[in-house]
Formats: sequence, C-alpha cells, structure tokens
Amino acid sequence: MSLFDYSIKELEQKLHNKEITVTDLVNTSYQRIEEVDDQVKAFLTLDEKKARSAAKELDEATVEERQHPLFGIPSGIKDNIVTKALRTTCGSQFLRNFDDPLYNATVVEKLNEAKAVTIGKLNMDEFAMGSSNENSSFTPTRNPWNTEFVPGGSSGGSAAAVAAGEVLFSLGSDTGGSIRQPAAFCGVVGLKPTYGRVSRFGLVAFASSLDQIGPITRNVEDNARILEIISGHDKMDSTSADIDVPTYTEALTGDVKGLKIAVPKEYLAEGVSPDVKKSVLEALKVYESLGAQWEEVSLPHSKYAVATYYLLASSEASANLARFDGVRYGVRSENAENMLDMFKMSRSEGFGEEVKRRIMLGTYALSSGYYDAFYKKAQKVRTLIKNDFDKIFEEYDVIIGPTTPTPAFKIGEKVEDPLTMYANDILTIPVNLAGVPAISVPCGLSDKGLPIGLQIIGKYFDESAVYRTAHAFEQATDHHMKRPQLGGAN
Amino acid sequence: MADISKDQVKHVANLARLAITDEEAEKFTDQLSSIIKYAEQLNELDTDGVEPTTHVLDLKNVLRKDEPKEWITQEDALKNAPDKKGDYFRVPSILE
Repeated sequence: MSLFDYSIKELEQKLHNKEITVTDLVNTSYQRIEEVDDQVKAFLTLDEKKARSAAKELDEATVEERQHPLFGIPSGIKDNIVTKALRTTCGSQFLRNFDDPLYNATVVEKLNEAKAVTIGKLNMDEFAMGSSNENSSFTPTRNPWNTEFVPGGSSGGSAAAVAAGEVLFSLGSDTGGSIRQPAAFCGVVGLKPTYGRVSRFGLVAFASSLDQIGPITRNVEDNARILEIISGHDKMDSTSADIDVPTYTEALTGDVKGLKIAVPKEYLAEGVSPDVKKSVLEALKVYESLGAQWEEVSLPHSKYAVATYYLLASSEASANLARFDGVRYGVRSENAENMLDMFKMSRSEGFGEEVKRRIMLGTYALSSGYYDAFYKKAQKVRTLIKNDFDKIFEEYDVIIGPTTPTPAFKIGEKVEDPLTMYANDILTIPVNLAGVPAISVPCGLSDKGLPIGLQIIGKYFDESAVYRTAHAFEQATDHHMKRPQLGGAN
Repeated sequence: MADISKDQVKHVANLARLAITDEEAEKFTDQLSSIIKYAEQLNELDTDGVEPTTHVLDLKNVLRKDEPKEWITQEDALKNAPDKKGDYFRVPSILE
C-alpha cells in the first residue's frame, strides 16, 4: 500500500501524529516517478531540489505553522499553469526553453499558501488542444491502466499522474472536457468548476470564455478540499466571480434522498458504447437505492455542441495565440531575415499540427465575410445550448450521464482524423458552452479493464450539489478503490 | 457556403502569421473543408432573434484606477527574450 492510498484528511492525521513526515510524502512521489514514469510519461519537468528542501522546512515547522489545509501534500501542476522560475511549456516546442517564468498563477500561489508541495509539471496536449495527449510535442502520456491506450486529454498527464500514484492530486484545465475526459479514462475524480469560480490568472489562455482550472484526485473528498482552496475572486482576473466560496467538504453528507436527477436521452444514445451505458444505468440504480429519483429529459441542441465549440474555441485560440511571436519569450526561428518572416517562421517551427489547424480554423471563422456565418452563428447556438440546461435546472438538481461515449482508445487510433477525435468530447463540451460545473467519477471498468466515468452536472455555482451527489455514489460503491497494475509497488 | 480553396488557405495562413508549405496547404484545405462542412449543420437551426452568448456570467466592465505599481522589472521582462540588446528586445529589421 502506498501513502497515496490515504485521503488528504487521513494523511493530515498521520502527519499530526508524527507517524509520517512531509519528507516521506515527497519521497513517495519521486520514488514512484522513478518506478513508473518511464512507462507513463506524465511529467515534463520535475522540481525535485525545491520540493525536497520545502519538505525539510515543513518537517521543522511548529504545531501552529502546520495549520494549513494542504500541509505537505505532494501535487502536480498542468504545464499550461504558470509557475515562477519553473519551466512552463504548455506541451509546446514553442516554449521548450521557457525556463524562468516571472510569476505564479493565482492557483499556484493559493496552493503554496496552503503549504502543498509542487513535485513537477505535467504533460498535456499542446496548448490544451487535444483529447488524447498525442498532441504533446514532447512525448505522449500513456494510460496507467494499459500503456497502449491514451490517458485522454488535454490534462492527460494530470490524470495519469494521480492514477499512477505519482502525486496525491493535480491541477488540470478544462475547455471542452480536458479535466473530465482524462479523469474518466484514467479512473480518477476530476471537476470542472463553474466558469468564473477559479481565477484564470496565470493559466495560458486557449479559449478564454470556456477555460477553467480544476482539481484531479483519487476521491471526491480530496477534490472538494482542493476546490475550497483554489476558488474565489481574484482582482487579477476580472472574469472571476465575486461570490462566496462555500465549505464544499460540508456538503458531503452521503444523503441524496429526494434528489432529482435528470438523464438526457442524448447522453445514452447511439454512439455510446454498451459497456459505458451499462455502467451508467447501474449507477442510476445505486442512486435509486439511496432514495434519489431520476427521469429522462432532453438536451435537444447538444448534437450541435461540437461544431459550436470548434468554431468558438478555435476563434478565441487564434486571437490568444497571437502573443507567441518570438520576441519576448519562447523560440525564435534562426532562418528569418526580416520581422514578418520571423513571426511566421517562429510560429511555424514552434507550433504543432493541431495548433496550426485550429489557429487556421479560428482565423477563417473570424475573417471578413465569414464572421456572421460562423462565429456569430455559433455564439447564437451557444445561447440555445445554455437555455437547454437552464430549462432542465428549473426542475432538477443535477444532470447525470457518461463523461465520454467510450472508454480510452488506443494510441494512434484516431490521430489521423480530426473530426473523429473531436466527437469524443460530445458529452463534455455542452457543459463548457453553458458554463456550469461538472465532475467525472469512476463508475466501473470496461470489457477491456479500462475505467469508465460518470458525469454529474450541476447548476451555476452549485458545486456543493455536484460533490454531494458524487460522494454519495462513491460511499455506496468501490469503483474509486480500484488501481491500475503498473510495474513496481502500487 | 462553398468549400474552402487552397488559395484561401494560403491567405488565412498569412493572416494568422503562419508559414505553410504547399504540401501543408493541400492537407489543411482538405481538413478545413471537412470541418467547415461539418460546422454548416448549425444552419439547420433558426437563430433569428436569438442573442449571441459571448460570456456565460452576467458580468459588467470591471474598472480600476490607472495607478502605477510594482510588477516586473525591466531586467525580469528581458530575461526570457530570445534576443536583446541593452534594455531592449532585439528583432530583425522591419524595413528591407
């Protein structure tokens, strides 16, 4: 048994009783990374020297100084979240030498204040564009449950590192499913908060109206605890909401009696594999046995979500990624003789194919003559998709369905066809377009022994209901206790 | 909406400040055409009178006083630069 099989609360107790030290926890991380990261490839950069000296310092702290909510807990940070003086690449060759960022993202500052220990930076699809981690320009992360399969994306490193027991929790970012989909594929718990719940300051922007940072953990309680810490208004992000942060862990009562669950028929329709459907229906039976009730509903515009998303997200990305010009940071082409060629060649040499494809799509959708037909049309359809959710939430507390239509697919299986890859996000994308919160929790294993995720979607800023619902399921089942069998001690 | 042409792809690449080879232009023409064709399904929906959503929260402009404060130093700002000279970022010549 690894120390990372305990919850944060249990580890807090063990630290308090001096059964273990922070150094033990940090050792557990680096030892596990040494054992398995050759296979998993979750990490891009390790911060070992700093983490070890932080551990030493924390171990010498007085009882009063230990009163921090994440005291000594080892964490991993997705590599599109800026860390001061620690390389931040966004999984891109463009930033391969961005070794000395000038500041910490607000979420990193908050984790530091809570005395968590940063172990390193986690692999991802380049600039968060992808659903399989195959778009990492360094090396694809692999699924700890079967290394021939993808871990999902774009926060594939964040999910795989937690699943493989390399860190106790990680931060990811979710623009169209990039926390929930890899959490589902790797059998861990991942939450995308309500848009505006968590500051985006220091998150390298992909699609600013959709991006949110959220926690990935092994259980719901740990997840709620981390969200409590990273949430809240930030004057550095004017889109962060000035709304009080509840104590999410208090919502974990185990009681879902009378809970009204909506199950969209589109979420169990054709395209959803039989093993995923079976696991979700079994989960609904668990809720019935706990005294909740569910009914079938419709999200009639959800089939338009993928097209809407790719137009809007690519448009925003084409504007956001204009900042990578080879002047102030990142790589610069050595082959350019004038300024314009320098921009073009630096970008072409530094960006991978999917990033270029989306910049092209976005530039096209925003260009003169096409703006109304594509960009504005997509924004109007976004309103219809949002209205579908609003209507359901007038009558129901949460929406439940699968996180993904299928379990993880094989590396290389979908890489040649962008549209097939995009379709993989069909159940997560509507949530980002509407801006509501959603979690993925493990709800079973497929015929091939790969994890399946249950998605629970809540009302705006009602992460408490999402957590309560997820936690009650977790308490009633043991899916979250299952671990992948990788080499080395587990 | 007609298919996107190879010339349009090259034009868009120039707008996006991307240098693409002829081979890449060919590939992007095919891929963008199929993505755009897929996106045209949105035309099935009547959106007359529907307000576009730019942002899901009901946010107003957030203003603050324009006051200088400590942030990053000039030295810091230059330290990740691919090329610099003295206190400046250095770039290739703009004029031929």
